[in-house]
Amino acid sequence: MSTLEIKDLHVSIETEQGTKEILKGVTVTISSGEIHAVMGPNGSGKSTLASTIAGHPRYEVTSGSITLDGQDVLEMDPDERAQAGMFLAMQYPVEVPGVTMTNFLRTAKTAIDGEAPKLRTWTKEVREAMEKLKIDADFASRNVNEGFSGGEKKRVEILQLELFKPKFAVLDETDSGLDIDALRVVSEGVNRAQSENNMGTLLITHYTRILNYIKPDYVHVFVDGRVAEQGGPQLADELEENGYDRFLAAV
Amino acid sequence: MTEQISKTQETLQSTEDPGVIQEVLDNNPEIKSLGNYEYGWSDSDDAGASAKRGVDQAVVEDISGKKDEPEWMLKMRKKGLKYFQRKPTPTWGADVSDIDFDNIKYFVRSTEGQAQTWEDLPEDIRNTYERLGIPEAERDRLVAGVAAQYESEVVYHQIREDLEEQGVIFMDTDTALKEHPEFFEEYFGSVIPVGDNKFAALNTAVWSGGSFVYVPKGVHVEIPLQAYFRINTENMGQFERTLIIADEDSYVHYIEGCTAPIYNTDSLHSAVVEIVAKKNARVRYTTIQNWSNNVYNLVTKRAVVEEGGTMEWIDGNIGSKVTMKYPAVYLTGEHARGETLSVAFAGEGQHQDTGSKMVHMAPNTSSSIVSKSVARSGGRASYRGLVQINENAHNSANSVICDALLVDTISKTDTYPYIDIREDDVTLGHEATVSKVSEDQLFYLMSRGLSETEAMAMIVRGFIEPIARELPMEYALELNSLIELQMEGSVG
Ligand SMILES: Nc1ncnc2c1ncn2[C@@H]1O[C@H](COP(=O)(O)OP(=O)(O)OP(=O)(O)O)[C@@H](O)[C@H]1O
Ligand SMILES: [Mg+2]
Repeated sequence: MSTLEIKDLHVSIETEQGTKEILKGVTVTISSGEIHAVMGPNGSGKSTLASTIAGHPRYEVTSGSITLDGQDVLEMDPDERAQAGMFLAMQYPVEVPGVTMTNFLRTAKTAIDGEAPKLRTWTKEVREAMEKLKIDADFASRNVNEGFSGGEKKRVEILQLELFKPKFAVLDETDSGLDIDALRVVSEGVNRAQSENNMGTLLITHYTRILNYIKPDYVHVFVDGRVAEQGGPQLADELEENGYDRFLAAV
Repeated sequence: MTEQISKTQETLQSTEDPGVIQEVLDNNPEIKSLGNYEYGWSDSDDAGASAKRGVDQAVVEDISGKKDEPEWMLKMRKKGLKYFQRKPTPTWGADVSDIDFDNIKYFVRSTEGQAQTWEDLPEDIRNTYERLGIPEAERDRLVAGVAAQYESEVVYHQIREDLEEQGVIFMDTDTALKEHPEFFEEYFGSVIPVGDNKFAALNTAVWSGGSFVYVPKGVHVEIPLQAYFRINTENMGQFERTLIIADEDSYVHYIEGCTAPIYNTDSLHSAVVEIVAKKNARVRYTTIQNWSNNVYNLVTKRAVVEEGGTMEWIDGNIGSKVTMKYPAVYLTGEHARGETLSVAFAGEGQHQDTGSKMVHMAPNTSSSIVSKSVARSGGRASYRGLVQINENAHNSANSVICDALLVDTISKTDTYPYIDIREDDVTLGHEATVSKVSEDQLFYLMSRGLSETEAMAMIVRGFIEPIARELPMEYALELNSLIELQMEGSVG
């Protein structure tokens, strides 16, 4: 049983116009096995939260804390966070030309676990995970994210989620750009990782559709750099119906 | 002028899955030692201690006399010396004004005769080669024949019997001149004339060692021929001379790899490589140079390709202080093809000025140049290329792609593409890109558990992958490890 605790997190970025505060006191606690949905308008800071949790150097934490079972996460480099069992499925996964998926997956798995996976079982594991996510076998020899369609990139993020078996995952709009079948296949992948590894999940989304497949325990309404309201799954339905007006008015 | 030319795939012998290299590394941790060149060691310098510095008529006569050469070769050397003394040091390209030609030893004899087996080699020389991993490579039959060049003379030479049976000649140039003078009378200096440039002239004057290869008509040499070179004498120039003749319909892949230990003062390496690819012959010449960072590496390489023939230069430049090298192909017959794949790494204090030269002298000829460079820690990587299409060389095509990757903000890259087109009916393509390792790329890989160094190395490896895949496995592994080593120095 693990806990990821985000407490009163303030984050700024350097822009050409100077320092800009984007997160203005975010508090969320996620325990193993829990699913937390985060919904909020464009530009409210959801991806900033996700990137900060993963340790992107562009985001400066000015106050507050992130801890994993009491350990100071903010002290860790992104690779150390991954090794500690954290994973970020990115909204915009990056291309790495000249590096095959096969090579990348194995190198990453080795780095995360601290030892190389047994080649034979690993190859099989990768192949099966790809099949389940309906990723064509030839993606193994393609370069990381290079020329992948939007939806393909998202599937490959979830492929990594399944293979790396993190304790906590942040999924940043993994459902955006997925067709109806892909949405189901990807959701099943997340649910598998959830149940097999008792993973804690922070699921950022704009649509309640994915919540039909991945049932959240909590829903956080994210507005202007903070959680405006926290509730159960029914909160998502309310948002679907009424939008963010009620919360925006309060800002 | 952006029309692309499709690569003749059948001419490329590639590793199907580049991930395979990583796979081999993962499964054979011990193999890493094969790839890690040791930079910092050197053997005791008995042979070089007494050699004379500077070059003049007497030095040239002495070299020729010791080698018991025919009169015409001595004449040729003297001519070379004259051109060398007359021609000014080039002021274009990299800065080579610091070379003190009077402080260089032009000829060092390290052992008297030639060894036939490893056991015949002196112990310190054997140590050196064992550190380069050559005996293992031999045992594994990765090499078809090894000409290991130690200082100025080839001291070890072996060729597999089946090659001899096929009539392939592979020996050091000094011996070949004695045993097969007819090739030298016809071809020596025919591809690169004595006075071609200052450094080729110097090489002609004082050359010693190098490889001679002759492949008879129709013979395909299936495994690469390899030679290893090292400079091991302080301030010693190495002036090897290589001549490769591929007769009609033949194929050969020659590989040259270099390492050098580090010394305090600057060394000069100035080789000349002449290649003749006859009708429908195909020659591939692979170089990975990893000279220590005080070596001036000024090399002239040129091939003449006859009708239907193909020349492929694969040129990796990792080490040296300054490299100026532009492998050239003269396409003299119809449907001849030239290809250069070059990769350069410029680190702290290094200037890699590399590229290629393609000269189309007949109709329906084609050529391509792919150049990739990586600059880090204040290094400078320049691409310098010439594409010349002569009158009458109609329906000829060339494509140039040069991509540069900057690892940090203090390093430099530049391109100097020259074209000289004297024919209307041609197809040309030129693409150049400069990219930087992006923060987002690094973050993506680090968020997958890779350290900053590993992430950087992966990005760089990916960048040069199109060239690495063309290398034989053991060289690709070496290159991988070298990249890792280099990135360790540049991150942080
Ligand atoms: N590098 C930057 N320079 C300037 N502004 C930035 C930068 N990065 C983020 N921002 C701003 O920070 C705010 C939060 O961005 P963020 O990407 O976190 O929003 P989001 O909630 O994920 O939005 P979306 O739903 O559209 O993905 C936005 O107003 C964005 O423009
Ligand atoms: Mg976002």
